[in-house]
Parts: sequence; structure tokens; C-alpha cells
Amino acid sequence: MSEAQKYVWKGAIPLQIHLHESEVTTLPPPPPALVLAPRIGYLPLLISLLKPHFSATLPPGVDTIWFEYKGLHLKWYIPTGVLFDLLCMEPERPWNLTVHFRGYPSNLLLPCEGEDSVKWSFINSLKEAAYVITGNCKNIMNMSQTDQVDLWGSVLNGNLESYSRVSSKLKLETFEDEYTENVDSASTKSQQSTGDAEAVGQVKTSRIPVRLYLWAVNEDFDDFEDAPVIDNWDKVSYINRPVEIHKEDGKYFSLNDAVKRLLPEYFPESSFGNEGDASINQSAGEEGENSCDPESSSHTVEIAEIKCVRIQGIEPSLEVPFSWVVNNLMNPEYFLHMCVCLKVSEANALQ
Amino acid sequence: MDLKEAVKDKIPWDGTLPLNEFSLSASTFSDKWKMFNHSFPPWLWNPCPKHHLNSSHKVEGYLSLENVCLVKSCEEEKNHGSLSWKEESNISQAEEPFDHATLVCPEFEANHYDFHIVYSPSYRVPVLYFRSYYSDGQPLPLGEIEKDLPGHSAELLLESKWTFITQEEHPYLNRPWYKLHPCGTRDWMKLLLSDTYTSSNKNFIEQYLVSWFSVVGQVVGLKISLEMLNIEEKKLFETTASDIFE
Repeated sequence: MSEAQKYVWKGAIPLQIHLHESEVTTLPPPPPALVLAPRIGYLPLLISLLKPHFSATLPPGVDTIWFEYKGLHLKWYIPTGVLFDLLCMEPERPWNLTVHFRGYPSNLLLPCEGEDSVKWSFINSLKEAAYVITGNCKNIMNMSQTDQVDLWGSVLNGNLESYSRVSSKLKLETFEDEYTENVDSASTKSQQSTGDAEAVGQVKTSRIPVRLYLWAVNEDFDDFEDAPVIDNWDKVSYINRPVEIHKEDGKYFSLNDAVKRLLPEYFPESSFGNEGDASINQSAGEEGENSCDPESSSHTVEIAEIKCVRIQGIEPSLEVPFSWVVNNLMNPEYFLHMCVCLKVSEANALQ
Repeated sequence: MDLKEAVKDKIPWDGTLPLNEFSLSASTFSDKWKMFNHSFPPWLWNPCPKHHLNSSHKVEGYLSLENVCLVKSCEEEKNHGSLSWKEESNISQAEEPFDHATLVCPEFEANHYDFHIVYSPSYRVPVLYFRSYYSDGQPLPLGEIEKDLPGHSAELLLESKWTFITQEEHPYLNRPWYKLHPCGTRDWMKLLLSDTYTSSNKNFIEQYLVSWFSVVGQVVGLKISLEMLNIEEKKLFETTASDIFE
């Protein structure tokens, strides 16, 4: 495990949690609760800390915990750190959230039946990631009961050592870090590991599980304080699409390349940094569609600008190798969560 | 075309549907549906301009079949498990002599269902999403949906609460929907179609969604007309469909 991974696992956000006024039945109202929420954790897991703090004042009823930030309901299945990176661009410390124990907005939010729901949401994401990487979910389905318990326990307790021990059994190597492995051995190794499903002689492709939260703005801003607020989930485009990396992308595929490949709507392949990329993508199939499109190839001018990419609370330089980003900054369910803010010029947005 | 070359080289097909074939396969499916399933509303293609920007990505979108209304007949209520579907709109009983769902039942409560077929780039297969609600718009609790499902699905649902039908966010609508978990889709599609594939069937990928729905539809009680399938597929279907649910 790397230094960066240790930082990610130790990362926590100080929260100041207020009980919603409609659920306060005592005078004076209870003071807000101060808790440290792990970045890789999930909000409903904080119930054991919050319930004792607020239980005396709650009206009668059944508890179903949910959170709000400035009137926006928080999706509990998004890791806490990602919610913070996305919704609090200008970091607020402590982060002021409102908690509810009643009146669950079930038309807006997935139901949450406590830890079990969170655990299964985690495992289903892990399965999805495994599928993206290896082409099947067998490694996850065949996990022993003990390993499953240990894996989830390590996430709950933020125990990176025990996590590394169990997760190494899953054999979910995404891709070798170009900085630690020499290129030759990396390519032979990965050639062996891909199934015969990929056509022989075709471009070898590795797939990286990514969840991208895209937020596009029209006006420029210098300071995140002046950035428009995300007050509605419809303002965020959720892009759950693996990044496909072809062997021919060469030794150096940057974070910048990855973001652009995930957003062909904004960055047609023609404006891609690496020369010769267009032809490669043509043969790879899916993206080929795009470069053939006369409409998109006319967009040789940049129609969007990457304003910032925030991952695990930091904004890595866009030139950092994507392999480093994935290997060090991914979440325990093997997804790399990226919050991307794009500046799209007014003229283009109106098209 | 990659696929034809793949056949030549005898590389086993992996059971997935490429993203850029999804919209084509979807339109074939909805055309055939219209032709053979008169009693249902048509499946509509909803393009998704994800970022309201340029329209170059025409491939993105999903199919929807909305406001399908389940009317339980008294007899079926007793038998529980074999259900029929009927569109709520203006089709009268007279026009639909073969529809057994129209037995008039005093004080029936109609359950409405919306179905969407969305492409999953992670699994590279289509995924069925659905939601259900009462006539007044209130969502049905899972327990009620369970009663609407055919018997074999309801059993599965009980056995594997978190892995068979899960509630997840609709990828385009930001709302909770039910989803049939797709992690096995590739494998059973392979089982279902790999023979047709090698027997030089040109429309193979185009037919993907039709074949896929012939199985998935059954899970939620939507049976397609077998006319939609090719003859060879029909045979295969009869032999394999039972395995899939075991």
C-alpha cells in the first residue's frame, strides 16, 4: 500500500450536524453534533454516533436517517468524501449538514434500511467494478463468507491493512503503474490476463471503473466561493462509464486524457492531445462512431474547458499518469470517483 | 465488420452487446414489438442529450414502455402467479377478444408499471428498469410488486433480496427505480444465442434485444409473442429458458 492510499483511508471530514427543526420536540433544542466522517464511508453509517445525541428530542416514530445540505437531499450511496468534493467546492469546515430521522423522501432517495443497505450497495458496486475489470463477477460471487465480512468490516473501520489482505485475493489489478513496472513486462502480463473474448490481433483494451460527477458552468469564476451552487441533482450529470485504455495509447495516458475520453460530447476525439489517436479509436469500435461523425469533427475548436478535477479532496495536475490516480485514489469498491467541473461557453451551450 | 471477422476466426462471442449497436437493436425490437404485440403500447426511444450540448452522440438513449396497467382478474387473484397485462388506454374488450385480463372485477385496484431498457456501459448489456405505482401515483411497496410478479420471480426475490431485483437510481432520471441485476446477462445470452451466432445469422446483433427481452420480460410477467423470435431461436428458447431461472 502506498502513502497516498494511507492518506485516502485516513481522510475524514469534520461535520457539524443539526437536527431538522421539524423534529425538535424539546426546549432548548439540542446542540449540533460534531463528528468526523471518513471520506470512504457513507452517511447512514453515522447513525450510531448521531442517534444517542438526538434521541431524547425526537418525536415518536420509526427512524430512517437521511441528510440534507442547503436543502439538497444527500444520496447516501455516494461516499461521503465524494459528496463533500462535489457539493462543497469551497471547502466548509466543519461541513454543516442537517439530519432527519423522520419523513424519508422515498420518491427521491433510494430506501436505506440501515447498514445492510449500505453494505449491499457497496458489494453491488464492487461486483460492477470487478465486471468492468475482468469481464465477470466470479471473484466477488465466490468470496468466502469470512472474507466478505472482513472486507466490509475493514471499510467500516477504515482498516487499510486488513482491506489490502482481503482485497488482494480478489485479483482485481486494474493496471500496472507505469512508474513501478517496466513497460515490456506490463504488456505481456496484461495480454495474458485478458480473456480470449477480446479478438486476437485487435487492440488490447483495459477498462477502468470510473464514476464521474460532471458539473458544467457557463460563466467563469476565479474563486470557488463565487461558483454557482449545486442545489439540484439534475445539475450534475452522473457518468458511469469505464475508461477504455488501448495498448496503443502508449506509456503515457494522463488524467487529462482520461477525462476527455469519458466526455466525447465535449471533447471530440479530433481535439485529443495524442497524435494518431483518432485512427486507433476507429479500430476500437465504440469511439470510432464519434470520429466518423461529420458534425463532431467540425468542432475542432475546444468547446469546453476543464475547470477542475477533484478526487479524494485534491486536485491533481491533469498531467499526472492516470494509472497513478487509479491505483492510489480509488475507493475501496474499486471505483475511481471524480468530480469534474467544466466551463462551457454560452454559445456552445445554446446550440 | 468486427463481428463477421470474429466468426471467421471462430472466436467465441462473449454475450455482450456493443454500445454502438444498442440503438439499432432497440429499434428492431420496438418495430417487432409493434408488429406482434398489439395489445400493448409501443416502446419509445428516448434520446438522452446528457449535457444539453451537442447532439453528436445520437447513440445515447433508452427505450420506454410506460403506463402499462395491470388488472388482476378475480380468478387470477386466487391463483396468484399467472398474470396478464393490459394497456390502460382506449382498447375495449370487444377489440381484444383474446385478452384474458379484462374480466371485470369489482373494486379492483390497478397497478401501473413503467419499463425502461437502459444500456449499461459497465456490463455492456441492456438492463431492465421498472417502477410501479397505484392509480393515484403513490409508489407500490416492494411487497405489492412481489405479488404482481410471476411465481418463479417472487421466489427468487425472496431468496436473493439484494442481488436479483435491486432498487437503484435510474441512470438518467435521478430517481429510485427497480432494476434487474445484469451481472449474469452476458452468460445466459451466450447460452441462448451462441448457436445462432455461429450458424451465420446476419441479424444476430440486431436481434439481441428481442432475444434478451424474451427472457427478461418473463421475469416481470411481460410475455412477448414468440412470433418475434426466429424459428431457431424459438427452439433454443424453449430449451434454455427454464435453465436460466434455476
